[in-house]
Amino acid sequence: MLASWQEGYATQGAVLHLPRSSGSNRLVALAACIGAALALVAVVIAGIALTPVASAVDFEAKNLAPCLAHPFGTDWMGRDMLARTLAGLSTSVLLGVAAAVVSSVIAVVLGAAAALGGPKVDAVVNWMIDLMLGIPHIVLLVLISYALGKGFWGVAVGIAITHWPSLARVVRAEILQCRQAPYIQAARALGKSRVSIAVRHMIPFVFPQYLVGLILMFPHAILHEASITFLGFGLPPEQPAIGVILSESMTYLSAGMWWLAVFPGLALIAVVLVFDIAGSSLRALIDPHRSQE
Amino acid sequence: MPKFVLRQIVRFVLLMLAVSLVVFALVSASPVDPVQANVGQAAVIGMSDEKQAQLAAYWGADAPFWERYLNWLSAFVQGDMGESLRFNARVADVIATRALNSLALMAIAWVASGVLGLALGIVAGAFRGRWPDKLVKGYCYLLASTPTFWLGLVALMVFSVWLGWFPLGFSAPVGVAASEVTLADAAYHIVLPALVLSLSGVANIALHTREKLVDVLESDYVRFARARGEKLGVIVRRHGLRNLLLPAITLQFASLSEIFGGSVLVEQVFSYPGLGQAAITAGLGGDAALLAGIAVVSAALVFGGNLIANLLYGAVDPRMRVAFRKDASDGRGSHGNASDAKEAAHVG
Repeated sequence: MLASWQEGYATQGAVLHLPRSSGSNRLVALAACIGAALALVAVVIAGIALTPVASAVDFEAKNLAPCLAHPFGTDWMGRDMLARTLAGLSTSVLLGVAAAVVSSVIAVVLGAAAALGGPKVDAVVNWMIDLMLGIPHIVLLVLISYALGKGFWGVAVGIAITHWPSLARVVRAEILQCRQAPYIQAARALGKSRVSIAVRHMIPFVFPQYLVGLILMFPHAILHEASITFLGFGLPPEQPAIGVILSESMTYLSAGMWWLAVFPGLALIAVVLVFDIAGSSLRALIDPHRSQE
Repeated sequence: MPKFVLRQIVRFVLLMLAVSLVVFALVSASPVDPVQANVGQAAVIGMSDEKQAQLAAYWGADAPFWERYLNWLSAFVQGDMGESLRFNARVADVIATRALNSLALMAIAWVASGVLGLALGIVAGAFRGRWPDKLVKGYCYLLASTPTFWLGLVALMVFSVWLGWFPLGFSAPVGVAASEVTLADAAYHIVLPALVLSLSGVANIALHTREKLVDVLESDYVRFARARGEKLGVIVRRHGLRNLLLPAITLQFASLSEIFGGSVLVEQVFSYPGLGQAAITAGLGGDAALLAGIAVVSAALVFGGNLIANLLYGAVDPRMRVAFRKDASDGRGSHGNASDAKEAAHVG
């Protein structure tokens, strides 16, 4: 009885409100999302595969401007800049993803604690967020890196423990909003257990926001990694990293070797934009508030 | 209202105390040895154990953490921030001279990015969906993905190396005594870094202003104004600007953290002798006192900006005053409006 009513309602609605573009927006978003993910995986794999090439020194071919054999040119040791850039990007992407995942877990734990733990916990978490946002992000990263003696762990830990505040706010707000929803009140009135409400209603509501927040966190993490490495606090000079490449390029700037800075920077921007596209199209796909767009 | 102001100031002081604790803990957790850092590695190796212990006691290196923290804090509050190792001067003096350079740079970038961002945001919002909007939005998204230091590198390359319009960094001509540097010299050297810094600050405020203006233009009173036959320009001036200016100014105060962060990178690229560059030198050279001092000063700047933003909101917007009263009676305090606005812009 109920099923047939639902069926009738659904078909009727579909006939009356047939979308003009017949769902092509969602298809475009899906394609963009998959395309972006594939592009990033390709960059990472290419970078790892090219790591030996990236450090291969060839003094016969040093300081070459971009040409067919070396599309991004070569540096003062004859290393191919395209290979170095890709290797650096894959380091940045892997480090950024790992650090952002850690940060997002912190965000979920603190956001959920703030929303569910009562006013005192809420106040403490909010205060911690204010504190984190109070020290300029770059300065905080420098301090953490300094405390850990610089190098890989300095930048990895720094990025992992400083990117949670904005996502923690989102998670907190989502849970608070969800708790007020009529269907949660109904489930509670029906005597459902807390666990069952959390698993069946809360997590499906909050998870999409978390996922989108996580993906949109990657670009920040990657840009901060590049910045802090550029300043000399991050990855060591022998590692392939965009920050290292760009900070070395500064020395050769006045010599007119523009390709050392321009192409690696553009490649970094491209990767960040691809992450942004992946995040926003995923949001368009799974965010219930925007599913009609 | 006085209660609200007092609450904000207490919050500021508590946050500053917490920041000082975090900064001190991070700096003292560093593997850099304070004795070795202050007398040099060669001197430490050539020194007797007895002498080393004496020195360690003099610097207070073996005292418990809380004692060292309280000593540092009480001296800091009295204006004695310690000695800078790299600059061979008192930290307070280094910060004072550097802050002048940095504040000039940040002030120019702050005003320029605010005005430019507001203008672009209004254009984008007023022509929503048409080409000016697409142009501004594309520019903002592109800018948000561009690392500030790379923008600085490209600017240096184009305007200093190729075109030769601007100097290759520093805040004054090389080889000229500090007393002979004219204001024109300083202005000439500050243009390019300030331009780069303001460009990177535009995206946030432009996108936020655009969202606000779109909201306003969809409101009932604007529909009524349109029905009366008012032109778009008049509507933007009469209904848009009044609703836009205050949030934009608040957002701009709340964005001091990003401007400071950007100035660290820009100063490093342009070898501009400001606070940011001093912080990097201190961090790379193991100058704990200077690094801690600059970190605390930068946090004071950011919290000061947030404080001003919150007070401004409370003082100027009558709706906010009502909200504060309600807030206070709820016992929930007034949790950062400025930072909320910032968050909204960030997400949008």
